[in-house]
Amino acid sequence: MSSRTRAIVLAAGLVLLAAVPPVAALANQPFYLDLVRRVMIFAIAALSLNLILGYGGMISFGHAAYLGVGAYAVGVLAHYGINNGFLQWALAIGASALVALAIGAVSIRTSGVYFIMITLAFTQMLYYLGISIEEYGGDDGMRLAVKSQFPGLIDLNDATAFYYLVLAILVLCLFLGQRLVDSRFGMVIRAAKSNEVRTRSIGFSPYPYRLAAFVIAGGVCGLAGALLVNHTAYLTPEFMNWTRSGELMFMVILGGMASIAGPVLGAFALLLVEDALSGWTQHWQLILGPLLVLSVLFLRRGLVGLLFGKNE
Amino acid sequence: MNRTLLEVRGLTKSFGALLASDDINLDIREGETHAIIGPNGAGKTTLISQLAGNLLPDRGRVRFAGEDITALSAPARARRGFARSFQITSVYPDFTALENVMLAVQAHSGSSFRFWRSAREEAGLRSPASAILEEVGLSGRCDVLAANLAHGEQRALEVATALATRPRLLLLDEPVAGMGAEETQRMIALLASLKGGKTLILVEHDMDAVFSLADRISVLVYGRIIATGAPEEIRANPEVRRAYLGEEVAA
Amino acid sequence: MNLFLVLEQTLNGLQLGVMLFLMAAGLTLVFGIMNLVNLAHGSLYMVGAYLATYFYQATGSYPLGVLLGLAGTLVVGIAVELVALRTLYERPHLDQVLATFGLILFFNELMAILWGRAAIYTTLPDYLSGHVELFAGLRYPLYRLVIIAVGLAVAGLLWFVVARTRLGMLIRAGASNRAMVAALGVNVRLLYTLVFGFGAALAGLAGLMSGPIHVVQPGMGELILIEVFVVIVIGGIGSIRGALAGALIVGMADTLGRAFVRPMLATVISTTAADAAGPALASMLIYLLMAIVLALKPQGLFPARS
Repeated sequence: MSSRTRAIVLAAGLVLLAAVPPVAALANQPFYLDLVRRVMIFAIAALSLNLILGYGGMISFGHAAYLGVGAYAVGVLAHYGINNGFLQWALAIGASALVALAIGAVSIRTSGVYFIMITLAFTQMLYYLGISIEEYGGDDGMRLAVKSQFPGLIDLNDATAFYYLVLAILVLCLFLGQRLVDSRFGMVIRAAKSNEVRTRSIGFSPYPYRLAAFVIAGGVCGLAGALLVNHTAYLTPEFMNWTRSGELMFMVILGGMASIAGPVLGAFALLLVEDALSGWTQHWQLILGPLLVLSVLFLRRGLVGLLFGKNE
Repeated sequence: MNRTLLEVRGLTKSFGALLASDDINLDIREGETHAIIGPNGAGKTTLISQLAGNLLPDRGRVRFAGEDITALSAPARARRGFARSFQITSVYPDFTALENVMLAVQAHSGSSFRFWRSAREEAGLRSPASAILEEVGLSGRCDVLAANLAHGEQRALEVATALATRPRLLLLDEPVAGMGAEETQRMIALLASLKGGKTLILVEHDMDAVFSLADRISVLVYGRIIATGAPEEIRANPEVRRAYLGEEVAA
Repeated sequence: MNLFLVLEQTLNGLQLGVMLFLMAAGLTLVFGIMNLVNLAHGSLYMVGAYLATYFYQATGSYPLGVLLGLAGTLVVGIAVELVALRTLYERPHLDQVLATFGLILFFNELMAILWGRAAIYTTLPDYLSGHVELFAGLRYPLYRLVIIAVGLAVAGLLWFVVARTRLGMLIRAGASNRAMVAALGVNVRLLYTLVFGFGAALAGLAGLMSGPIHVVQPGMGELILIEVFVVIVIGGIGSIRGALAGALIVGMADTLGRAFVRPMLATVISTTAADAAGPALASMLIYLLMAIVLALKPQGLFPARS
């Protein structure tokens, strides 16, 4: 698929997304606005994971941790009466980046199976930490009574305005993400995934680049966490549940790695399928499970590869 | 230009019961082309890997331009001017030939912690890369994915990548293996053009290449260097003939 | 905090360690020999617990329940291997992780359909409940002692098989060089199925033993699985010895941590602060331990391959 076709498809997709609020309003189905907004938030999270998983080849099974850190940053500040959105979201990004730095510094020295297990273990640690802090609700979590405030700029209680904010952030992330993977930095990350020995032999030590990518991905996912908690108006340690990490990975894989917009497609595919299945039967995981297994076995290049032919 | 650039002393490496490198001593002079030959399984690639920093020796010392680099990693050595090509082709399969070389150029031209500008469009990376691809005869194949190149072209790409880092010392592991006659001649000519300016350590089976390029040859058998000297000396050395050339010279 | 409490918690730590070992041994064997990351290992643990409970209730006989539960888990494990996992052996780890993740969802929901989502509290037969007086007044649950004994016996059996039998030699060879084993003409498929079945049985055993102590519910496998990952990272992948060392370390650290971190903290900071920070710190303890081990020995304490 040529880059022109790809650009057109992308533009069409964005136009479709922009059209959801007015269409939903016309059809008097605000539920769809909510649904798509939620999918877009997860798409942002999946996008961040794509940087390290799809482009970097780092199988991080702990990415949901940053959704949690970002959400808790907002929630905890709100708990103490600090509702300024800029402050909350800055902390969400900053704290997530910091946690990513700490976890990454230890984990990235390992590779392969160790890396998978370790990232999973650290996320679980944060999950247990969230559960054990009674002050913030323990395993029940807590409400976000007041959404992040951006006085004079936007009211997040306005569902449509919030929707377009999320869409704008998604577009921004897509744009910045594309620049990032095409930059010198992005090339090193991709090279290290493609052939690590070769990369070391020409003079790159992958560790600092991978760590930086890990931190960037963590920070962006923290922003998604801040968006998510404002969307649900509730936060629990379940945001960091390791099955959530698995879902994020599936969004990346389903969408097709090695493409910036792939995770968006993957997020839509996974969450819409989940939604449809759960409406049909309460035992939807019984069906989703095997579906996921089959998709791994047969959808080698993800939906992007399936729908649009060869990647890149 | 007779200064010793790379000094190897007592290099020893075992894999369990297998002694792959047995107390190896080498003095590589600056600007020379030094070939390492030996039967299959002699430990040539193991030696190259230790010199390049991909493998840590059990014992021994390596000195580069006077500095003890025994403990240095492969990237650190690359930054000091080492370049290596691999016996089993090791390119970036999902990048184009040009991008392969551009990455090597990028590794030695400033910081790669740049997040905004497109690397693909950087003239400072494209031009040198194109020039090197032309030197190895791949200029027509710039935009082909490395995985789709013919085997001989991939070998040429390996050498191109090594050259792109503007090294002082090139470690080439069977650069012409699997190449056709014409490609081999072109590669030999290219390597010959580097003589004097760059220092080459060349592992090869192709005796044409070895005897036309090498200033000196070392013979590696069962992990031990059994002889080092000028090509004529080696050709005449009875021990060498017995161990190696006796079977190969007919080939 | 008295001596009896310390001893009791130490024994509890040993008991947890032994169960972690049963899980870790299976997982590390499968990874070491087949290079397969199997997240669904926890599901086999869960299946063992459910089946044993079901058969005990259905037959009224505890030993029969255990036997049928074990056999059932073995059958399920081999079925999973034949149907789903065979295709994954040659696939990259990422594919294995995702595919076995899908299996987890499936099995959790299957258990929920068959036996409901509510936690099930299994009972023990009379001859296994009750306490034993160990010495000088220390009374300890008989059942937990049985678990420790069984676990150590299995550890011994495993050591014997791996160190002294031909199968064990194949396993050790396979763990350090997979290709060689195949090149030697061994029926690799059969070996793989055997190893996987064995691992499944170990997981099932751990599951059915844990049932009466913890609860039986969907998702129980994953909670212990992550602790098993910590065990394997600390102990080193592919080695039984590492699994045992890691399991005992993690079992002890986790149990003693949960019991004593808060009281110990309370001696240096205020009780309310200790009440808040204690449990949090205790739950993080084994992960911090893992981080420290990684910093010092990235391959774990006893890796199979150096």
